[in-house]
This record gives sequence, C-alpha cells and structure tokens, in this order.
Amino acid sequence: MKRLRALEPLAWVGPAVVLIAVVVLWPVIEMIRSSFLKISRFGVVQGGNGLANYEKLFGEKDFADIMVRSVIWVVAVVALTVLISLALAQLFNQQFPLRKVARWALIAPWAASVLMTAIIFKWMLDPEVGVINQIRLKLGLIDAMGGAAADQLGDASTAMPWLVFVAVFVSVPFTTYALLAGLATIPADVYEAARMDGAGRFRTYWSITLPLLRPALTVAALINVMNVFNSFPIIWAMTHGQPGYSTATSTILMFILKGSDIGESAAMSVVNFGMVIVLTVIFLRVSRWNKEVA
Amino acid sequence: MAVKTLPTQARPHHHARPRGAAPRRMPQLKTVIIAAAAYVIAFVFLFPYIVMLLTSLRAQDSLRDVTFWPEEWVWSNLTNFWTSGLAGNLWVTIKVAAGSTILVLLVALPAAYYSARHNFRGRTAFLILVLITQMFQPTAMLVGIYREFYQFGLVDSTWSLILVNGGFNLAFAVWILNAYFASIPRELEEAAFIDGNGRFGALFRITLPLAMPGVITALIFTFIAAWNEFVVALTLTTTPENQPLTVALNSFIGQYQVDWQNLFAGSVIATIPVIILFALIERKVVGGLTAGSIK
Repeated sequence: MKRLRALEPLAWVGPAVVLIAVVVLWPVIEMIRSSFLKISRFGVVQGGNGLANYEKLFGEKDFADIMVRSVIWVVAVVALTVLISLALAQLFNQQFPLRKVARWALIAPWAASVLMTAIIFKWMLDPEVGVINQIRLKLGLIDAMGGAAADQLGDASTAMPWLVFVAVFVSVPFTTYALLAGLATIPADVYEAARMDGAGRFRTYWSITLPLLRPALTVAALINVMNVFNSFPIIWAMTHGQPGYSTATSTILMFILKGSDIGESAAMSVVNFGMVIVLTVIFLRVSRWNKEVA
Repeated sequence: MAVKTLPTQARPHHHARPRGAAPRRMPQLKTVIIAAAAYVIAFVFLFPYIVMLLTSLRAQDSLRDVTFWPEEWVWSNLTNFWTSGLAGNLWVTIKVAAGSTILVLLVALPAAYYSARHNFRGRTAFLILVLITQMFQPTAMLVGIYREFYQFGLVDSTWSLILVNGGFNLAFAVWILNAYFASIPRELEEAAFIDGNGRFGALFRITLPLAMPGVITALIFTFIAAWNEFVVALTLTTTPENQPLTVALNSFIGQYQVDWQNLFAGSVIATIPVIILFALIERKVVGGLTAGSIK
C-alpha cells in the first residue's frame, strides 16, 4: 500500500515527463550523437565519423560569413524590436478613443503564422506587381516596375534589410504587449512623487519607467533572442538564403545541409545550440538580470 | 489590462491640489496626435493581411496586373478553395492542431494539477524540466527530431506532427495551468470532498470549472501554435497529401503555373481564424510567457 502511494505522482506527472523526454530531450541526444556519425543521404548509419563532420562544416567556404551574419541578424532584429516596442508601448499606454481596437490590430502579426506573413511580404515585394514596389514607384524611388532596382530580394544588400524588417515586424507585437503589461505594474504614485520632485518627462522616463520596466524588458528580449536565432520561415520563404548563401543564417545552412549530409547538419545544429546558450549568457550578463531580479 | 486604471487612480491627488491639475489634463490636440499616430501604426501592422485579403479576391487572370484594389471582386475564390487540392492540406492542419491540443490537455492537466496540489519527490525537478522545455525550440533540434522519427518509422505521418507539437507546447500549458490550480483555494475542493463528492467529483465539479480560463488559454495557445507550425512539418512530411497547409502553401511559391488565388485564399483561411482566436486570449498569453521565464 505504501509502495502504491509512492507511485501516485508517477501516474499524474509521468505522462508529461515521458512526452517531454521523447519529443524534446531525445532529439537533443540524437542530434549530438548524429554529429559524430557518418550517415548516408538516405539515413543509413555507416559508422562513427569522429570529428570529421565538424571539420567539414568549419571548412565550408561560407561558414564564417554565415556565423557572423547570424549574430548580426540576432543583434539587429532584437535591438530594433526592443527600441520600437518601447516607443509603441509608451504610445499605446496613453488614453485615446478606440484604444482597444488599435491594440487589437497590433495582435495580427503575432497570431498569424510567421510563414504566412513572410509569404505576403514576398508577394508585396514582387518586382513586377508588388504593392511595395507600386508605392516606391509613386514615390519616385524606382523608375519602372520590374527590373533589377525593383527586385529587392534578388540582392543581399537590399534583401537583408527587408528580412530584418519582417523579423522585427513579427516580433514587435509580443514585445510591445509584454512591455505594456510591465508598464501596468508601475504604481501611479511613483510618477506622482517624481512630478513633485520636479522631474521632467524625459528624466522621469529614464530614471523611473525604464528601470522599473527592466524585468519585463529582459524577459521579452530574451524570448526574442531565442526566437530570432531560431527563426527559419522568414528567410526560407523570402530568399531561401540566396543568392548563393548571401542571406543565409546558421539555421538555414543547417536545413540545406540536412538534404546532403545529415551528420554535418547535426554538427551545425550542435554549434547553433551552443551559440544560443552563449548568446543567452552574454545577454543576461549585459542586462544584469541576476543582480536586479533574482 | 490594469493600465486603464492608472490615470483614474492618479486623479484624486490632482483634485486635492487644484493648481497641479491644470498641466496634467490632456490637451485636446495631444490626444488627437496620439490617436492618429496609434491608428497609423495599427494600420501598418494590419496592412499585409489587408493585402492578402484583397489579393485573394482578385480574378486569377488579373493577379499579375499592377493594381491594389481588385478590379472585380471574386468572392468565389474563397469557396473554390474547398474543392481545390489544398483543402486536403487544411484537413491535415486541422487534424494536427486538434490532435496536439487534445494530447496537451490529457497530459498537462493531471501534471499541472498534481504539481500544484502535492509536494512530491521530484516536484522541483519536474518544474525545472518544464521551464527548460519552454526555452527549447524545435528548429534548433530539427536534425535530432528527424533522426528520431526516422528510427520510429514515423516520417511522413500525421501522428509524428501531433507528438512534436504536443511535446513542445506542453511546457506553456503546464506552466499556466499550474498557476491557475495553485490560485484556487484547497479548502473549496476539500469542502466539496467532505460533502460526499469523492476526490474526482470535487476535482471535476469545483476545481476544473474554476480553472477554466487557464484551460481555455492553454488550449487555444496550443491550437494556434500547432496550426501555424511550419519547420517541423516541412522536415517530417514528404508526400504532398500529408503536408499541413503551411508547408503546402510554401511549396506553391517558386512554381510557375500555379493558381495563385488559391494560395491567397488558403492564406486567408489559415490566418484570419487564428487572429480572432488569439485576440480572445492575448492577455493571458503575455502573462504566461513572461512569468514562465522569470520565475
């Protein structure tokens, strides 16, 4: 009877542990294991491969560029997202008529599939008929529809900013909402006190709002770092990492490699995994999360 | 959201000091500027979806015309979708989304309830496991997922998509449900138990109905996440009929002779319902996501 009692938690919590173990933990182990194996294109394991998968990966001529681009991608998207969201949270925190409706509109890119949003942007950027190019034509930024100037996704120098734009576009809603929730936790009398001390609006924001917003800001930014580093659909749908590998990030490279060499692709995943952990630690250090919150 | 109450809370203080009230009252012009800016931004965020809707209503032969508004409104595009090949892919999406939602419900509810009510050995370890899972993304371990399901012989199966989507959304569901159950006083349940309801009777008559908002939030969140999922499905499905709508729509791009208006009808059908569903639970999702990663 006593032994049965001890098994009780297993009946309630066991299925959840099993599901997490099978779906989340096992793939991590399998991924690390695969990175040291020689695996044929069709999935047959042909024996151990030592560090050869890693050597091959580091030897890819685009590897260094792709890793640098991945870091810039994460930093640029997250920084822009946070800055824009700080401004938007401030704006949508004001009183104005139909505020609820305006806030609802902000939800759309968050709720919609990122892939769908990326497909629509690709359509809007279509060189011959895209809406964005119609607008650019009206503004005199291009002379005619079609042609190289209208083909923004055809060249890395113009494609990258658009990819960043779309990534920021889909990240801002969640971040803004998280910051709005953070703003709601700041008590009104803090502002009252600041006003009585004669603090100006900018000063109040800098010395009161921002520090009090830090927990919400840190968590939102951290979630964004994870999402953006692993973001795949935007680049995949809009450029496939092309031309060449000039718009590819590590996630895209991993996916492309999966089609030719699964072992090397697994090595890329492991490197990617390590990068996420390193970025997270750096980020937490920079934002002094441990001292301020925990 | 409590934001709304902020200014009203502040107001009594102003009345106590009549001189201070004047500069704080919002001038009419300022409100107009703020509202205008907010509406413009709201429009910008809706714009791609407006374009999507308008494009889906254009006649097929006018899709390559340089125009914004449809020259004629072809509402039948949206109904023709149901007889196109993509309807089968929508059906896969529905199966995956519903299947993983049911799986999460069956697995997360007991785990969240038990870990909120009982202190058992391994409880902390379990909650940490849930927290770490919430940080993990399927994209990061795609190769591992593929290798695993290849070994199971479950590649190209709807079951594998249900399992993966269920597994990766479990953490959020457990977390938010755990918080809901913990906030319901144990005494309520015990009272019902003493009234002769039995342990499960008390759980189903008292606790579960009180936790309903949390349950619904967890369910809608899982449903939307599975509905929108792309990368895992792209990796694990190989035959076109077994692909969910996201993967099927993505493979439309890059083909030349395609029924583009089916693509856009498909994206409208794939997008609008989840935006509406999401609007219903948005508040609780922010709380769940941020709280989950702080504590």
